[in-house]
Amino acid sequence: MSARANILARIRTAQGRAITVRTEERDAVAQYIAAHPQGPRPQVDADIEARFRDRALSLATTMDEVKTVADIPAAVARYLREQNLAPAAVCWPEFAGLDWAAQGLKVEARAVRGDDLVGITGAFCAIAETGTLMMCSGPDTPPATSLLPETHIAVVARRRIVTGMEDGWTLLRRERDALPRAVNFISGPSRTADIEQTVTLGAHGPYRVHLLLLS
Amino acid sequence: MHFKARAGAKLADVRLQSALKKLQGNFVKGRADRVAELDNFPDIRDAAAAIRDRALANLDVWLDTFEQNATARGTVVHWAETHDDVNRIVREIAAQHGVRKVIKSKSMVTEECALNDALESAGLEVVETDLGEYILQLAKEPPSHIVAPVVHKTRDEVSDLFAEKHHAPRLTDIPALCREAREKLRPHFLSADMGVSGANFIIAETGSTLIVTNEGNGRMVTTLPKVHVAITGIEKVVPTLEDVTTLLRLLPRHGTGQSITNYISVTTGPRRAGDLDGPEHFHVILVDAGRTKLIGGDLQEMLRCIRCGACMNHCPVYQSVGGHAYGWVYPGPMGAILTPTYIGLENARDLPNAATLCGQCSVACPVKIPLPDLLRKLRERQFEQGLKPWHEVAALRAWGWLARHPSLYGVMMRIQARALKAMANREGMIRSLPFGGGWTDRRDFPAPEGRTFRELYKARSKA
Repeated sequence: MSARANILARIRTAQGRAITVRTEERDAVAQYIAAHPQGPRPQVDADIEARFRDRALSLATTMDEVKTVADIPAAVARYLREQNLAPAAVCWPEFAGLDWAAQGLKVEARAVRGDDLVGITGAFCAIAETGTLMMCSGPDTPPATSLLPETHIAVVARRRIVTGMEDGWTLLRRERDALPRAVNFISGPSRTADIEQTVTLGAHGPYRVHLLLLS
Repeated sequence: MHFKARAGAKLADVRLQSALKKLQGNFVKGRADRVAELDNFPDIRDAAAAIRDRALANLDVWLDTFEQNATARGTVVHWAETHDDVNRIVREIAAQHGVRKVIKSKSMVTEECALNDALESAGLEVVETDLGEYILQLAKEPPSHIVAPVVHKTRDEVSDLFAEKHHAPRLTDIPALCREAREKLRPHFLSADMGVSGANFIIAETGSTLIVTNEGNGRMVTTLPKVHVAITGIEKVVPTLEDVTTLLRLLPRHGTGQSITNYISVTTGPRRAGDLDGPEHFHVILVDAGRTKLIGGDLQEMLRCIRCGACMNHCPVYQSVGGHAYGWVYPGPMGAILTPTYIGLENARDLPNAATLCGQCSVACPVKIPLPDLLRKLRERQFEQGLKPWHEVAALRAWGWLARHPSLYGVMMRIQARALKAMANREGMIRSLPFGGGWTDRRDFPAPEGRTFRELYKARSKA
C-alpha cells in the first residue's frame, strides 16, 4: 500500500466510512466547489475609495494621484526626489513606453535583479476592506518586481478598487480561466516584529510602498 | 525533564520573564482591537469553525480533490505518513534536482520533522530566512512560540548573538539589527536552489498552497529558487477561495493583532510559459505524522486549528513559563493537546495538566476549539492508561476511600479543621503549611474558622 492509500484509508476508517469513496461524497464536494458560497462579510463603508485610502495609509503605504498614464513618470520622479532616492527603476512592460527620460529617470522594463532599488508595477485590483493590492503573476507581471527592490511603486486604477477579497476572486474568475502561478496580496511595506514585538518596516521586501491612484 | 521541572526554571529566569511581558500587551490587546473592527465577528467565527469542520468531515475527498487540481497545474504531490518520510522525500527531491543550498521560510511542520538536521546530515546547506527563525538557527535553539518564535529573547541577546556570529560591530537598535539580517540573508535568497515553505492553507478548489507572512522572505522562498517544496499537514485543506477568505479575516487578527498580514501568497503550480520568475519545479508534501490519530475521535476538533497562537498568548500558564517549558514543537494549550497525541501520552505525561482550565484559550480561539474540554479528555485518558503520578493516584484513592466512610470522614475533617486553626496567626492566616509550600512560599493560606460545615449544619438545624 502507498502512503497515500494508507493515510486516506486511516481517515475513512476512523470516521466510520467504507474505504471506497461513494459517488454522493464526490458529488457533494463538486457541488460545493461549483457554488463556492461567500461567508459572512463585515460592513465596509459605501465609499470604498475613501476606505481603501484610509486603510492603505494606516499600513504605512503612501499615496499620490495621477490623471492619466502619461503623468506617471512625473509623479515617480517627484516621489523619488522627495525620498532622496536615485532616479532609476525597473518596471513592468506595460510602462515601458512612457517618457521616463524627459523626467530624468532611467527606467528599464526587464526582470528585476537583487540590487535594483526601485520596482514599478501595476496591480490586478485593490481591496478597500484592508487597503491591500492584489497582484497576479504572468509574463508581463513578474512578482519579483514588487519584492526585491527597497522601494515598490504601484499604479492602481481607481475603477479597480473593490470592496473585499471575495470581490477580487470574483473579478479574477470573470477575467481569467484559472489562477495564475502566484496571486500576492500586498498590504504595505514588508515588516517584522520578531525582536521584542517591535514593528520594524523593511524586513526582506520593500521598505517603502508608494501608490499612484490613476483616475 | 518534565514540564514541572522546566516550568520552575523558566519562572526563575528574569530575562525570560521580561520578554514574556511584551507578548501580552502586543498580541492580546492587538487581537481585541482588530476583532472589534468586525461588526459581525461572531458570525465570521461561526462560519470559520464550520469551514474547518466541513473539510474535516470529508477530509480524504477534499485532499483527493486538492491533489487532482494541483497535479493538473503541474505540481507534484507527495504523501508522508511519518516525519522520517518527510525528511526522506525532501532529500530525494533535493538529490533529483542537484540542490546544494536550501532556504526556508517559517514552518512548524518542518520543526516537527527536525528537517534541518536531516538535510544538513545529507550535506546540504540550510538557511532559515524568517528573522526569528534565523536568530534561532544562529543560537541553535528551538522556537518558543508558533508565530513569534524568538519571543523568549531580548534585544540585548540578539545584539550579542549577531556580533558574535556575524563577526561584526555590536548593533543595539532594532531597525539596524533587522537591516543586518537582511543584508546577510539577501545573497542566500539569490543563490539558493531550493525553497522550503509550509502552508497556512491548501485550497482544494484550485490545488493552491497559501502562506501568510510579513517579512517577504516567504515570497522569496516560493519565487526565487528553481525548486519549491511546500510541506504541510493534511488537516490544512480548505474547500474554496471564498472559504479561505473567511479564515483570513481571523488568522492575522488572532495571530499578530493585524487586520491583514503584509503578504498573503497563493501559489498554484510551477513557473508558466513566458514567466520571468517562479520555481521550475513545485512539490507539495502532505503530512500525516499523527494527525489521523485525531480524526474521528473525541479530539477531532483540535484539527480545526489554524495555528494563530492566540491560545498561548492568552494562557496564564504560557504567559508565566514561555514555550520551551512545554518540551516539544507546539507550546501552550494547543501544544498540550497536540504533543501528547503526536509523540505519545507517555512521553508528555504532565502536559495535559499544564493548564488551569480557566477557559481563556477557547474564548480566544478563532475556530472555537473547546481546548479545556479536550484537555479534560486527555486527563481522563491519562488516568485510564495509568499514567498519573503514583502519589496523585494514591492520594485520590485514599480520599475516595475516606469519602465512602462518612463518620470517619467527619472525624478526620474535624481534626484537620482544628489543626489548621491552631496553626493560624492572629489574622487567621497560615504563613507556612507542611506539604503546601507551593502555596505558602508566596502567599498566606487562610485558615478555617475551626468547625466543619457538617458541624455547623447540625448545630443550626437543631436551633
